[in-house]
Amino acid sequence: MYSEKVMEHFNNPHNVGVIEDADGVGEVGNPVCGDVMKITIKVADDTVTDIKFQTLGCGAAIATSSIITEMARGMTLVKAAAISKKDVAEELGGLPPAKMHCSVLATDGLKMAIDDYLVKNGREPIGGPLLTNEPDFDPHAETKEEACDL
Amino acid sequence: MIGMERSVYMDYAATTPVDERVVDAMLPYMSEHYGNPSSLYTLGREGYRALEAARESIAATIGAAPNEFIFTGCGTESDNAAVVCISQVVAERKNRRHVVVSAFEHHAVLRTAEWLAKNDFELTVLKPREDGIIHAEDLAGVVRDDTGLVSVMAANNEIGTIQPLKDLADVAHAKGALFHTDAVQALGKIPFDVNDLGIDAASFSAHKMYGPKGVGGLYLRKNTPFRPLLMGGGQEFKKRSGTQNVAGAVAFAKALELMIETHAEEAERLTRLRDRVADGVTGTIVNTRLNASGSPRLPGYSNLIILGCEGEAMLLQLDNKGIAVSTGSACSSSSLEPSHVLLSIGCPVEEAHGSLRVTLGRFTTDEDVEYFLEVLPPIVERLRSMNPLYDRMYGSGVKA
Repeated sequence: MYSEKVMEHFNNPHNVGVIEDADGVGEVGNPVCGDVMKITIKVADDTVTDIKFQTLGCGAAIATSSIITEMARGMTLVKAAAISKKDVAEELGGLPPAKMHCSVLATDGLKMAIDDYLVKNGREPIGGPLLTNEPDFDPHAETKEEACDL
Repeated sequence: MIGMERSVYMDYAATTPVDERVVDAMLPYMSEHYGNPSSLYTLGREGYRALEAARESIAATIGAAPNEFIFTGCGTESDNAAVVCISQVVAERKNRRHVVVSAFEHHAVLRTAEWLAKNDFELTVLKPREDGIIHAEDLAGVVRDDTGLVSVMAANNEIGTIQPLKDLADVAHAKGALFHTDAVQALGKIPFDVNDLGIDAASFSAHKMYGPKGVGGLYLRKNTPFRPLLMGGGQEFKKRSGTQNVAGAVAFAKALELMIETHAEEAERLTRLRDRVADGVTGTIVNTRLNASGSPRLPGYSNLIILGCEGEAMLLQLDNKGIAVSTGSACSSSSLEPSHVLLSIGCPVEEAHGSLRVTLGRFTTDEDVEYFLEVLPPIVERLRSMNPLYDRMYGSGVKA
């Protein structure tokens, strides 16, 4: 089901932990959903200089958290906030359709952390609306075309 | 596989390996005695005799007459046939259009019942209590004068709880309704006699008891209203057309024979090992519990909740260590829904995500169980340390 790269990131995730004196914190998901992600970042010159994550979730949830922290490290805030779920899935060599929503959680977590930093410093947020908060966010969306109508 | 030191299968509820002795019994019917049982020549008659011997053996074991037992392609087919076909004929003949099923039935019963509900039937889905049991008083509260069929499984596949079938069948019959039970998990593991229990129909499956996949059974008490799901050549007393799987039938009979032979010692051994698993986990890892712990369960079956860990992640980590178990977490199911069984007994959704089903069987050894108990705590500790909410919700620490 999972690509080799996903399994690699699940078995040996990068950047696990919490930055104690973080410049920005983003927490998304909830235990009822079964997926929770917390991302903490350090920022200097509008660049992500350090980033860590903690995640409660399945193999894909942990792998997407791990890979997004790898991708965002060293990126400008603008670039990091623009990472899409497709980018995340591609970096991982693809995700099963049912697991694409995990990559949305990762991108939302990062955007939240970035906006948290900006707003705390009296600046405009740039992340845009969180996809997981949209009323029509449907984790099942990717699988719907395959569903058979009884 | 990373760090796989041994291979430990603990998902016997999902499927079982075919016992060597069953393979030996069925092999001759593949390429040697391969005749179609409906054929009149010697080869065909051989197939017929083997098929009927298998049927007689199975029927005798469950207390049925041979013509009350038919072979099907799988437990799901038996469930579909029982739920749909009995209900439709009862509705036509007696105008009873109400069906009752339990909320923790296998989807083969639930989805079929839901289909009936969309096709002019009224459906009541009865929840078990938190002890994982469907109580007769609760069933009595929903069975009506226009109930045609009640279906409650003999033992639940996720939590292993054994249902009071005799009492439930009595409740159904008191109102003139028929009683079907999905006995797929139960047959061979606990005593099952259709007359002692008073049931009208029951579903079985060979691959849950060291037989091959692709062969199931359906018991239908004489005169039970029924029409065939599969129409055609009229095999199986016109109740299930299709050239019979003689090798599969022989295998089913042999598998059941072996279950009965060793039943007493296996029940004791697996109950001991099961309790070792449950006590071992809840005793050494904090914030864990056993579901339906006070209720009678199938030997070998434990369904555990590990708070603060997600099921699929645990499953994959255990797989890395060569251990196979299953989980009721949403992430691990194709529907992205958490286990309907756990939800039906009142398990909160966030806790259902942290469930592990460990089911032991014929080839489980004491060493396998000790290995599992050794491997699980570090996995739980690591996953909990990665959970941003663990300390907030449950307090820190892994050990009890």
